[in-house]
Amino acid sequence: MSKKFYKLESKNLNAFYGSFHALKNINMAMEEKAVTAFIGPSGCGKSTFLRTLNRMNDYIDGFRVEGDILLDGRDIYGRDVRVDELRKEVGMVFQKPNPFPKTIFENVVYGLRIQGIKDKRVLAETAENSLRQTALWEEVKDKLDQSALALSGGQQQRLCIARALAISPSVILMDEPTSALDPISTAKIEELIYELKQAYTIIIVTHNMQQAGRVSDYTAFFYIGELVEYAKTKTLFTSPKHERTQNYITGRFG
Amino acid sequence: MRVQERIIEGLLRLSAVITIFITAAIIWVLLSESISFFSEVSIIDFLTDKQWTPLFAEKHFGILPLVAGTFLTTAIAIAVALPIGLTIAIYLNEYAPARFKKTVKPLLEILATIPTVVYGFFALTVVTPFLQTIIPNLAGFNALSAGMVMGVMIIPMISSLSEDAISAVPRSLREAAYGMGSTRLQTAFGVMVPAASSGIVVSVILAISRAVGETMLVAIAAGQQPRLTLDPTVPIETITTYIVQVSLGDVPHGSLEYRTIFAAGITLFVFTFALNNLSFWIKKKYQEKYD
Repeated sequence: MSKKFYKLESKNLNAFYGSFHALKNINMAMEEKAVTAFIGPSGCGKSTFLRTLNRMNDYIDGFRVEGDILLDGRDIYGRDVRVDELRKEVGMVFQKPNPFPKTIFENVVYGLRIQGIKDKRVLAETAENSLRQTALWEEVKDKLDQSALALSGGQQQRLCIARALAISPSVILMDEPTSALDPISTAKIEELIYELKQAYTIIIVTHNMQQAGRVSDYTAFFYIGELVEYAKTKTLFTSPKHERTQNYITGRFG
Repeated sequence: MRVQERIIEGLLRLSAVITIFITAAIIWVLLSESISFFSEVSIIDFLTDKQWTPLFAEKHFGILPLVAGTFLTTAIAIAVALPIGLTIAIYLNEYAPARFKKTVKPLLEILATIPTVVYGFFALTVVTPFLQTIIPNLAGFNALSAGMVMGVMIIPMISSLSEDAISAVPRSLREAAYGMGSTRLQTAFGVMVPAASSGIVVSVILAISRAVGETMLVAIAAGQQPRLTLDPTVPIETITTYIVQVSLGDVPHGSLEYRTIFAAGITLFVFTFALNNLSFWIKKKYQEKYD
């Protein structure tokens, strides 16, 4: 076994909603500065797994985790870990764009504000950088003080990505980030993901197999709470080892 | 079948019409009696005179002392109910486990079902003596005690309606806040409360409207002495308690003294009507924004 460095590692991870066993003994390691896609039919546990990576499930009554998730080698479910600090390191983009009912500018700098940063220059610079990274700057630079809710769905989603980038996380989790968007907006987000992986570790849940094929370096296939197959995307799509994976990616079920 | 449908439809329409008719009749009585009152007392005196002594030999008809009394008890009540009610709403929504919320919310609403006369005696016999140990020159009847107990009474209105408003904020917004590394406190005050602000404001306005119209509690605990003051330690009288005082007293029907209660009543009606419309307007104007 090589002592390779992994950004995120899941070791013997089990998760439960009450008595329902949602994730069964997940062992996988995710590469730094790469895109890892989670695919699988609805209810297979891929979103649950994604949400254990930044402890987003903590607020669900009866949710419980066994096993370890290591971020840079450190257990994120450890007693000394503060969830709010963890989430500054592991950002998240959701299925539906969810900007705050505030101005575009306030949305981008929200993460800085809650950290108590008041310096106007820092706020303005961070806002511009984040919006440039998501290719939104040219579109919104003249209306930063307008409500974010007035933007189109695709713009809102890029704003949400900019908002996540503004607090410079090292990992970005994306939970079906394009499922509510039109094809053009989807293409823009996919381009963006490709750009972002130079600086960030990206984990993306997707229902869209073509999307997994286009944007990801590694793909994990989940089925009823189990990790069935995990490999380089090209390998998984061209020569899957398991029949179930084969059936799913060829569209025979799911 | 057809005939049955028609009968049912007719009954339903009748009940709706009766409600409207009764409301119109009440307004008509209020208006006509007030008009005959204002034919004898100038409306300028009514609004500017600083004394309200219609039952004395030297009569003054200035509504201001009653408005001041109403304002005072209402302000004290809101000062008590708003911080406590909002804190409860935020706690139940953001911090409390689901099962705790399920038990506590109905329990809180029981507060609203206690007869107001009980609150009145509670203010008079428990709260006032207790306050007198802290404020020695507090009168036996005063606005402070009545206002505070009225505040307790309207806590469930604010907590319950505000909690509904906060729960109605889309879950995605809460997730966005947590996903950005917000603490619970930052999520509650930075995201949830602002997003639910229209509903919270509406809950407060309805609570004010309730406090303005509250009668029995202040009749028992606040004194029944019309006085133009903002000092909460002395006896005062509110619009509602004046109406009670006259209706229960031996003022002859049809006299000018008797008609004062309609003038007071229409003043009260104008206040609560305006408040209810304001809350309706805010709800309509701002609610859609966060959907």
